[in-house]
Amino acid sequence: MSALASGMLLVPNFLHGLDRGGLPLLANSNGKRLVVIQLSGGNDGLNTVVPYQNDLYYKARPTLAIPAREVLTLDKGLGLNPAMEKMRLLYDQGYVSILNSVGYPDPDRSHFRSMDIWQSGSASDEYLNTGWLGRYLDSLSGPSANYAAIEVDDTLSLALKGEQYTGIAVQDVKRFFQATNDQFLKQAAQLHAEEHSHHQVDYLYKTLIDTQQSAGYLQEKTKVYRSKKNYPNGEFARNLKTIAELIASGVESRVYYASLTGFDTHVRQAGQQANLLRELSEGLYSFVEDLRQQQEFDNTVIMVFSEFGRRVAQNASNGTDHGTANNLFLIGGKLKQAGVYNEGPNLQDLDQGDLRYSIDFRNIYATLLHNWLDGNAAGILGGKTQLLTGLL
Amino acid sequence: MKTSAREQKLQHLYWRAGFGIPFRSDQAIPGIKQAVRELLHAAGQVAPLQVTLPHTETSRQADAQNAEMRQLRQRERQQGFVLLNNTWLQQMATSEAQLREKMTLFWHGHFACRLREPRFALLQHNTLREHALGKFPDLLLAISKDPGMLQFLNNQQNRKQRPNENFARELLELFTLGRGHYTEQDIKEAARAFTGWSYNPQGEFVFRARQHDRGQKTFMGKRGNFSGEEILQMIVENPRTAQFLTAKLYAFFVSDVPNPERVQALSSYFYETGYDIPKLLEKIFRAKWFYGPDVVGSKIKSPIELLAGLQRQFDLTYADGRSPLVLQRAMGQELFRPPNVSGWAGGRNWIDSSTLAFRLRIGPALLQDAALEVSLKPDDDTEPTAPRKRRQDGLRTVRAKADLSGLHQQLQKVKDSELIEKLSQKLLQVPLRPETTALLTQHVPSGAAHADKVTLLTLRLLSLPEYQLC
Repeated sequence: MSALASGMLLVPNFLHGLDRGGLPLLANSNGKRLVVIQLSGGNDGLNTVVPYQNDLYYKARPTLAIPAREVLTLDKGLGLNPAMEKMRLLYDQGYVSILNSVGYPDPDRSHFRSMDIWQSGSASDEYLNTGWLGRYLDSLSGPSANYAAIEVDDTLSLALKGEQYTGIAVQDVKRFFQATNDQFLKQAAQLHAEEHSHHQVDYLYKTLIDTQQSAGYLQEKTKVYRSKKNYPNGEFARNLKTIAELIASGVESRVYYASLTGFDTHVRQAGQQANLLRELSEGLYSFVEDLRQQQEFDNTVIMVFSEFGRRVAQNASNGTDHGTANNLFLIGGKLKQAGVYNEGPNLQDLDQGDLRYSIDFRNIYATLLHNWLDGNAAGILGGKTQLLTGLL
Repeated sequence: MKTSAREQKLQHLYWRAGFGIPFRSDQAIPGIKQAVRELLHAAGQVAPLQVTLPHTETSRQADAQNAEMRQLRQRERQQGFVLLNNTWLQQMATSEAQLREKMTLFWHGHFACRLREPRFALLQHNTLREHALGKFPDLLLAISKDPGMLQFLNNQQNRKQRPNENFARELLELFTLGRGHYTEQDIKEAARAFTGWSYNPQGEFVFRARQHDRGQKTFMGKRGNFSGEEILQMIVENPRTAQFLTAKLYAFFVSDVPNPERVQALSSYFYETGYDIPKLLEKIFRAKWFYGPDVVGSKIKSPIELLAGLQRQFDLTYADGRSPLVLQRAMGQELFRPPNVSGWAGGRNWIDSSTLAFRLRIGPALLQDAALEVSLKPDDDTEPTAPRKRRQDGLRTVRAKADLSGLHQQLQKVKDSELIEKLSQKLLQVPLRPETTALLTQHVPSGAAHADKVTLLTLRLLSLPEYQLC
């Protein structure tokens, strides 16, 4: 590796465009990218960003509340779960914005359906077959390769599926390349490189060729560079490392997507959630450090979300059940407003024991699309959204 | 008509009306008219899906309070869904009543519910199965009173004082009229008519008269003290319902490419026959255009069609009951777990780079008893709180044993020079391009024994995108 890889580190960012010349994405890119981190299972927001000055919080959670003296204090009477020391370090450097009470009207408490709503960007009584990021790919002018959006996983989430264009799921570039490198199929695909009469056969071959080409491109791009940064153990951090390597290798993707699972803490929540939040914070910290060293952090924004928060009161098993509104993190080197964006959740005015939302998540999407990715937010999200001011 | 042309038409019919034709040595080749009649006849009998769901007897008190009992119930639910899934898939693969299986699958995606309790899922399944080939108004009434449906769309919370519109909304939008053919006011008024439609823990429909709103309602321009039954009646009296259903059936059985002319003619017929489902299907299967080049081989197999087809033609036996579910989830269609109440979108929505690459590997891998690995996304609705190591998602390996002897027997007498042509006709619903045939020839060692050639070619053909079509 090295000669080329370390040489790459020294190339100023604007020059990177040179070795990316001719690739289809450059033409319609503003060079900014979005990394989405999905916390699957419904992360308990109240024990993530703790309203440690609120008696109602302690009343609702006699054994599960995090004592005020243990939280990592932030602002507006809120503090982080003590397992999130590294997130606090990022916060202190002005890289983190925390949005409270994010949700949507008529919330759904099924994991699958609520995730469906978040990933498609639909209303809760609306069913879409495309994801908000997939529609963003559709909206780009000119053809877009399917590595424009990469999910680090074996299967692709709805979020990255568009009508015309879809992202790709790649857990491991090498394995992905090998899996699509069957010589017989490559030869068969080449025979179909030009269209013939059967539209459905053509469509499948086109998808196959795109996949083979993307796999080849990613393999070629990333075979040299390996991140030297130390990441914590575990699959989540490994996936973040993969993203950092793709970015540092000059892969022209605008969107990356990764998940951390296991947040469905109905029983004995404290230990399990702390472990996960530590995994999240430490992974993200290494990732940010890595991107900073590559001069790639300023053009990156990371969004961390979960399909719903949990009920305000704890349950009888030292856990929490499915709830509604939740907090959401934005992390980036160039946030206009870091810190706690809006007031913490109102624990006095609950909807049958659940938090009411004050920020519709689609307004966050709209802001990311419009202010960050230069996308047509109204077209992608259906025009009913509003931009959040002062954020990006 | 040449035998091979007739065979191709039959294959087409059987892929669309069922899950393909099993390879048997003594295969009869009837004409289409007779084959359609046989399909309808075989599907005429209704036998409920027989599944004995695991249930450990205990007092109800122990159930609610004990954490271990909750875990046991959780496991039982999981096992229940594995059993339901396996049994139905097996039945699709082996049943003579192919059209009933296919039609039940259609209604399963049309009245799509994700239920928590396998026994409610079984009840619902058997309701769909019973009415799958009857008249739609009967099916609509039965499914509207189905406990799983009432639960999934919150109708047990639909009460006179506080109506819940969920069921009424989906009834109009997704089950009958379709978007743009009713008003928000129609939803509100319909919801009032369904107040008090509920069920008991045994899974029986219960009409709770005290929660029912007997007042006057205005629905689709008519005024009266309508009951839920009357609302359903008015919905099916609207020809728009026939159009909506016919368009969806056309997409399912014929083509993703809409054909307004054909759909209009079919839907008028459907309406005139009082929504007689077998009559409509017979009309479709006997139409000349059904066997036209724009229809044959134009559909992307759903994951269930792909798996049931493989199982039907190659007698797949999976190493364990979870395996078919793993494959289904990796490809985006798990029986009993539709994505939401609007069902599976189908068509090109099945395909992305990951699912296509996986689909191309499935056939060859399973037929060779090779391990298929895939990492599944979590399903927290069915596995809440399970420790991560013991979860059923994450990295999973799938294996199966297959039997190619039927295919071998059918091809025993075919000359080497005609093998690719004959085999591709049996396995594919679209013609191979000559270049692809030439490529296949190169990839088969000329000195290999006849049987080995058949096996090798089968694996190759199953790895081609063409095999994904029917």
